[in-house]
Amino acid sequence: MKTDLDVNTSPIPEELLQRVDARGINRRDFIKFCTATTAALALPMSFIPTVAQAVEDKRPPVIWVEYQSCSGDSEAFLRGNQPTAGELILDLISLEYADVVMAASGHQAEEAKHQAMEKYKGQYILIVEGSIPTGADGAYCTIGGESAMVDCKKLVQNAAATICVGSCSSFGGIPAAAPNPTNAVSVSSLMPGAAIINLPGCPVNATNLTATIVHFMTFGKLPAVDRLGRPKFAYGKRIHDNCERRGHFDAGQYAESFGDAAHRQGHCLYKLGCKGPETFHNCPTVRYNEGTSWPVMAGHGCIGCSEPGFWDTMSPFYRRLPKVPGFGIEDTADKIGIGLAAATAVAFGVHGVASCFRKGDAMEEDKVVKED
Amino acid sequence: MLKIYYVWELPVRICHWINVLSMIMLSITGFFIGSPFITAPETSMFVMGWMRFLHFAFAYLFTVSVAARIVWMFLGNHHASWRAFIPWITAEGRRNFIKMFRYYTFTGKKITYEVGHNPVAATAYLGIFALFIFQIISGFAMYGQFDPGGFWNGLLGGINVLVGNQWLRLLHHGVMWLLAGFIINHVYSGWLMDVKMRNGTMSGIFSGYRYIEPEDL
Ligand code: HEM
Ligand code: HEM
Ligand code: SF4
Ligand code: SF4
Repeated sequence: MKTDLDVNTSPIPEELLQRVDARGINRRDFIKFCTATTAALALPMSFIPTVAQAVEDKRPPVIWVEYQSCSGDSEAFLRGNQPTAGELILDLISLEYADVVMAASGHQAEEAKHQAMEKYKGQYILIVEGSIPTGADGAYCTIGGESAMVDCKKLVQNAAATICVGSCSSFGGIPAAAPNPTNAVSVSSLMPGAAIINLPGCPVNATNLTATIVHFMTFGKLPAVDRLGRPKFAYGKRIHDNCERRGHFDAGQYAESFGDAAHRQGHCLYKLGCKGPETFHNCPTVRYNEGTSWPVMAGHGCIGCSEPGFWDTMSPFYRRLPKVPGFGIEDTADKIGIGLAAATAVAFGVHGVASCFRKGDAMEEDKVVKED
Repeated sequence: MLKIYYVWELPVRICHWINVLSMIMLSITGFFIGSPFITAPETSMFVMGWMRFLHFAFAYLFTVSVAARIVWMFLGNHHASWRAFIPWITAEGRRNFIKMFRYYTFTGKKITYEVGHNPVAATAYLGIFALFIFQIISGFAMYGQFDPGGFWNGLLGGINVLVGNQWLRLLHHGVMWLLAGFIINHVYSGWLMDVKMRNGTMSGIFSGYRYIEPEDL
């Protein structure tokens, strides 16, 4: 199979590419983008022209809002790969509102958001970053005097589809971690039943976001999802089942501490608390930063950032199992278990000794034949 | 006159010993999966791979055995019946339960003499069957994750979402230790009853027979 793309034999019709040229988009970048996105969606390559057609002429309006977030997902997106997905997609969609990149601010910005919502009612794609605090009637996060709760509900109701980027909007993420002082929730718990897709991750992988948008542009609907509302093309496999260190896992070769001989040789990070065996995400295949690397490749275990409640359930990050509730931080399940087994053995040992000296409880005492 | 009773039918005995064998194997391989204590010198080896293979192979054996024993609760004799595991639903059962409990705690003198399970043991087995089923369900829920949308994931994947993958693992791991506690207690009590009742409690689970003095009943 040819790996490098040949512009002259690309399956995308010339006439479409000319329109791309006319918009000042590099045609090579465009072809690469369509090919890579088709691949990310796990669609057959024969779909490239369909995808190209859709992304070239649709330009869907997009509203990108942030609530309790660190803007990490915006950052990840703007630094995405595939001819700087950020740049290219910004040419292919019509970004009506996005706190991080827009020039307007204050009331002007709020006005723009409101207008976009009215103008494209039922047509725009809503992207939500960050969780929504519901404590104190939503007072912990307000925009232009309105609580995030009210703002989010309005925007989701009027959107064609909502894409939650990052773990906070998808599952509540770090703001919702115990003790969750602001009572933060995910968009889908705020708006159950709405057309919402979750792209958890800390941050979201830009490739997955681009692919989801393109899927929506191409087919007019959100991609198929798993039980947690995550698209199957990106969250359909466990990290552990696609990991390049899996051979060492099966062999039985583990790094015991960072920087030891096994770690330097790239052995499995299981004993350092890697959560790859319980995390669904396509990090090993898509990777980050222009496909350069991903955490396990760089030598650090997965922390399970794309699973619900990861901050509480995946920690301690350098231990395999969570800490047993009600016990000290140093107690592992095994220490407690061995303690339990030992206590049982001692208790029954004592019971046994006492029972041996017990008189008069044995049956059929009178029928025992005494031989000499 | 001493009478010989056929108490534990063949299916009960077979299931019992298959369960014992699989529990030992599942606990050893499960403990290894939790904290691999062997480090392979060569990448060409397959230590964890074999441990997991054994865990899953004995998991299937164990599941079939537990399922067969449950079916036998409806087909076998009254000692094997599901009713035998809830002795305290009758007034007599409750009385015997208390009597037996008092014997164990040195507050009563007499053992309840039974042909089948004594009421305290029967209650413990009820708990054990519940833990068996818990291990099977949580185990196959974790197992199904290698193939999302496949049979096991389709059947039990909702549990992963409900409980959370990490808690499920911790619970599956913790139940191993509860079962270990039970085994210690169980083997000890078997020995104690064998010594005190002089009715062949221990040999019964091998041969099926018990030697009962009808006067004692
Ligand atoms: C008495 C029965 C069983 C015991 C004592 C047992 C014990 C264990 C233990 C201690 C672990 C390690 C957990 C950890 O630290 O992560 C484990 C893992 C596991 N067990 Fe079991 N188990 C039993 C039955 C089963 C059954 C019936 C299944 C069904 C398939 C099963 C499937 C699994 C799976 C899938 C894992 C995780 C393996 C991995 O991800 O590599 N177990 N088991
Ligand atoms: C993994 C370890 C074991 C488990 C989980 C286990 C479990 C059970 C269960 C569930 C029963 C009820 C039988 C039924 O009605 O199906 C039973 C009965 C019995 N087991 Fe075990 N067992 C274990 C090991 C052993 C061992 C090692 C011995 C003997 C050395 C033993 C001796 C007996 C005896 C004598 C009975 C009949 C008890 C009675 O009269 O109530 N078991 N066991
Ligand atoms: S490094 Fe993590 S994901 Fe990779 S094989 Fe080891 S445990 Fe699995
Ligand atoms: S490797 Fe794990 S923790 Fe890291 S980004 Fe992927 S899912 Fe999140």
